[in-house]
Amino acid sequence: MRITQGQFSFLPDLTDEQITSQIKYALKNNWAVNVEYTDDPHPRNTYWEMWGMPMFDLRDPAGIMMEVQDCRKTYPDQYIRVTAFDSTRGWETPRMSFIVNRPKEEPGFQLLRQESDGRHIRYTLHSYATDKPEGQRYR
Amino acid sequence: MNDIPDSTPVDLNKVYEESNIQEVLDQLDRELIGLKPVKSRIREIAALLLVDKLREQVQLRAQSPSLHMCFTGNPGTGKTTVAMRMAEILHRLGYVREGHVVAVTRDDLVGQYIGHTAPKTREVLKKAMGGVLFIDEAYYLYKPENERDYGAEAIEILLQVMENQREDLVVILAGYKDRMDRFFLSNPGMSSRIAHHIDFPDYTPDELLEIAKLMMAGLNYRFSPEGEKTFAEYIVKRMEMPNFANARSIRNALDRARLRQANRLFASHDKALTRQDLLTIEADDILASRVFTQSSNQ
Repeated sequence: MRITQGQFSFLPDLTDEQITSQIKYALKNNWAVNVEYTDDPHPRNTYWEMWGMPMFDLRDPAGIMMEVQDCRKTYPDQYIRVTAFDSTRGWETPRMSFIVNRPKEEPGFQLLRQESDGRHIRYTLHSYATDKPEGQRYR
Repeated sequence: MNDIPDSTPVDLNKVYEESNIQEVLDQLDRELIGLKPVKSRIREIAALLLVDKLREQVQLRAQSPSLHMCFTGNPGTGKTTVAMRMAEILHRLGYVREGHVVAVTRDDLVGQYIGHTAPKTREVLKKAMGGVLFIDEAYYLYKPENERDYGAEAIEILLQVMENQREDLVVILAGYKDRMDRFFLSNPGMSSRIAHHIDFPDYTPDELLEIAKLMMAGLNYRFSPEGEKTFAEYIVKRMEMPNFANARSIRNALDRARLRQANRLFASHDKALTRQDLLTIEADDILASRVFTQSSNQ
């Protein structure tokens, strides 16, 4: 099951050229761009690992693409996303975030039901990928 | 490639006019005095890039040329100034995408402890991508007397990016001639990856006077006729003295002349001043210089 998080996730995967143009847009707006990766695809997992420091004061996407390629080489089977952070007062938040790499096979999610007091049912999601310990998922 | 016949006409003039390169070259001629070898090399590079553009139109693809450069020359011969210009020229010719200059020295590239250098150098390289990375006094990167110096690490990363991502950035090294030569001797890899070694000649007294006049015009000052004559004498005298740094010495001399002019105007406060007085540097302002008093003592 293909996970859909962040921008463009309902579209076919972006090509490198399209990623470059998106980053160019972010840089044009003076947003700091960083690269993050994770192997826990749960939608509420907002804290992904950072690939290096966020990149400030860049003028051209080539440097960020270099980091994206390096990250892909190291973690070809994990989710990698590019995030653009806007530090303007009043915003101070990510303005863009999109996935640039995903594992070849995404096993998807299981729906868990928990019976609680008064025959109430609580629902939650569980990613099949996270059955295995960190670092051994998606192999 | 074969579907375009060899006899296809190409329009060099059109590409030439579209690039506005003549404007940049003219500006270079106007604002940079002397520096013949530098200008001719820039012209050659511009011609090459234009022809490459034409070749691309008729699908004669070639690998983009390596444009890493090394500027050597004495202090004050305009290395930094030309580097700043170079970025603009390469941008106009479409060789670099953004055309900004990131000027760094050893401090910005080399870290203070193990594992600090690589991220630091990479960060600088990423900032410079799409433009020009100008490394001033590049020979400080390599310190042969200390084998544990991290400079070598920075050089290694630099070389790697210079080789693999030459379409993303242009590296310009600058420094004094003799020390740069020694630097290249101990780093042959660096020397061979730099296609253009440009030597900046010292200026002649006439060129220095031209430069002085240009600087003055930029500051909205001008010499009186005697002032100009005196300044020409000053240049000849100053060139014989130690620590002469070409255009930089001239700029300093002009700054001091401005001080003296201001002082002179203050001293003559009972006289009515005009715009002309504020504008003009007189011979007296220059004659008061240390250069004249010292030589008359000898």
